[in-house]
Amino acid sequence: MIQNIPLSYYLVISTLMFFIGIYGFLTRRNLITMLMSVELILNSVNINFVAFNRYLYPQQLQGHFFTLIVVAVAAAESAVAIAIIINIYRNFKSVDVENVDEMKY
Amino acid sequence: MNFNDFLTMRHELMLTLLALVVLIIDLNLHNRHKHYIIPITLGLFFVNLLVGFIPEGSNTLFGGMYRTNPLLIMMKNILNIGVFIILLQSVTWLKKEENREKISEYFILLFSTLIGMNFMISSGDFLMFYLGLELATIPVAALAAYTHHQTKSAEAGIKLILSSALSSGILLFGISMIYGSTGSIYFDTITKVYANTPLQLLAFIFFFSGMSFKISLVPFHLWTADVYEGAPINVTSYLSVISKGAAAFILIIVMFTVFSSLAAVYKNILYLIAVLTMTVGNLFAMRQKNMKRFLAFSSIAQAGFILLGILGGNVMGMTSVIYFVLVYIFSNLGAFGVVSAISTVTGKESMDDYDGLYRTNPKLSLLMMLSLFSLAGIPPVAGFFGKFFLFASAASGGYYWLVFIAVLNATISLYYYLLVVKAMFINKNETPLAFFKSDLATRAGLLIAGLGIFFLGFWAKVYEIISSLSYGIMQ
Repeated sequence: MIQNIPLSYYLVISTLMFFIGIYGFLTRRNLITMLMSVELILNSVNINFVAFNRYLYPQQLQGHFFTLIVVAVAAAESAVAIAIIINIYRNFKSVDVENVDEMKY
Repeated sequence: MNFNDFLTMRHELMLTLLALVVLIIDLNLHNRHKHYIIPITLGLFFVNLLVGFIPEGSNTLFGGMYRTNPLLIMMKNILNIGVFIILLQSVTWLKKEENREKISEYFILLFSTLIGMNFMISSGDFLMFYLGLELATIPVAALAAYTHHQTKSAEAGIKLILSSALSSGILLFGISMIYGSTGSIYFDTITKVYANTPLQLLAFIFFFSGMSFKISLVPFHLWTADVYEGAPINVTSYLSVISKGAAAFILIIVMFTVFSSLAAVYKNILYLIAVLTMTVGNLFAMRQKNMKRFLAFSSIAQAGFILLGILGGNVMGMTSVIYFVLVYIFSNLGAFGVVSAISTVTGKESMDDYDGLYRTNPKLSLLMMLSLFSLAGIPPVAGFFGKFFLFASAASGGYYWLVFIAVLNATISLYYYLLVVKAMFINKNETPLAFFKSDLATRAGLLIAGLGIFFLGFWAKVYEIISSLSYGIMQ
């Protein structure tokens, strides 16, 4: 069961997720997909917290609490972001970052 | 925890109450009478500002998650003063026809972010810190997209929320590593066990990158200019002054307490980033023609100067950063106030439109000149002393070359600040902006900023008070 899986497996997964998120954020041209990449980053953080808590400090629950709060805040963040994306869609008739370039140097 | 303990959170509690009161008043007002909210809110916020100054001791609440002491209260009061000036300056803009239905939204979102900043400053662990940080950034994105019929405003909103979400993700990854390596999220516990192991160094780098986004240090500054240009001008001044000031406060607290054992390592990082930030900010500011973009890059350069105080790493460093932020609030709000007054009445934001402004609007031009001199750090005004103390603290840490580069940068910055002054006073223009009279609130906001710039420099008491409070924290 869980005892047979070492902590490092979880850390490798979470690190991979983090960098896939960063990569997606930098390369994707669709605003919704960029938002999904950010969610990926936040979820990698959650895996980190839960794994650390379960394996290294099982007598406390700080990591679990942190995860719950991060999930709640991420939901609020995407709510605001999607509201703004809808606004963008009304203005530009597209959710592509290539079009959202009115201000550049 | 009894009721009196609870009252030590009065900065946050009063703001929460204020936001709720504004919401309830708004629900009960007819659409035609929405503008009554403005004077009511201003009055209530002024009361809040005064109550904030009642002195109070140190306290710790919620098992160490929330802590307060005279220095933190001082920081919150400084932010409160800045927000009050911004509220005064935004009255004319809020009274416009297109904003009538959204007046209360502006106030509620603004107060929410201020609550977040206060919690962030008072936080005693990373959970509270993260919550405060998010509460301080998410509503600002909504504020940046406030004028939703304008494409630029929506663009600013999406750029702000996406870059701040990414930066919080990076910062959180750092925090998760700190938790993994120390087993705690409390600042006090972490300070005791934090060492120089590779994982903890990496955690610090992630954390610092996330924070750099928030105070827009180079190379994490790319969102700044776009967001500042697109957002409504009063939101821009809020972003550049209050958000940045709060982030600088929390950065210095965290650097001096949680990561104090890493000082030998992080000073190298800060050194490089300080040089980059000052130089890049200054060089880009030179080629800007839009006043908001211009002030955006100037504020990036100013953030580089703040790092000098953190590098100093002693009581003087802490004092000089807080004092510099106080001075910076007044000088930047003076400049933004003038840009806002002109932009609200005429809609002009380009530097070329300022040609010959002195002939038609002498008072505005004089205040603009005073604020720009203060930002550049020319002796009689407060900005000089702000920069002087920062340089002195860096020099006391032995960073003579850094101080030399900073002085060089201050000289470069003088060039582009003087470009605006030259446009207003010397450039010939057949059709300068027509004379206009701002309303009472705007004039009051500009006057407070101007007086602050002028008198803070001469009134040494302010520096002494901050210094004595800093001693209590740093021992």
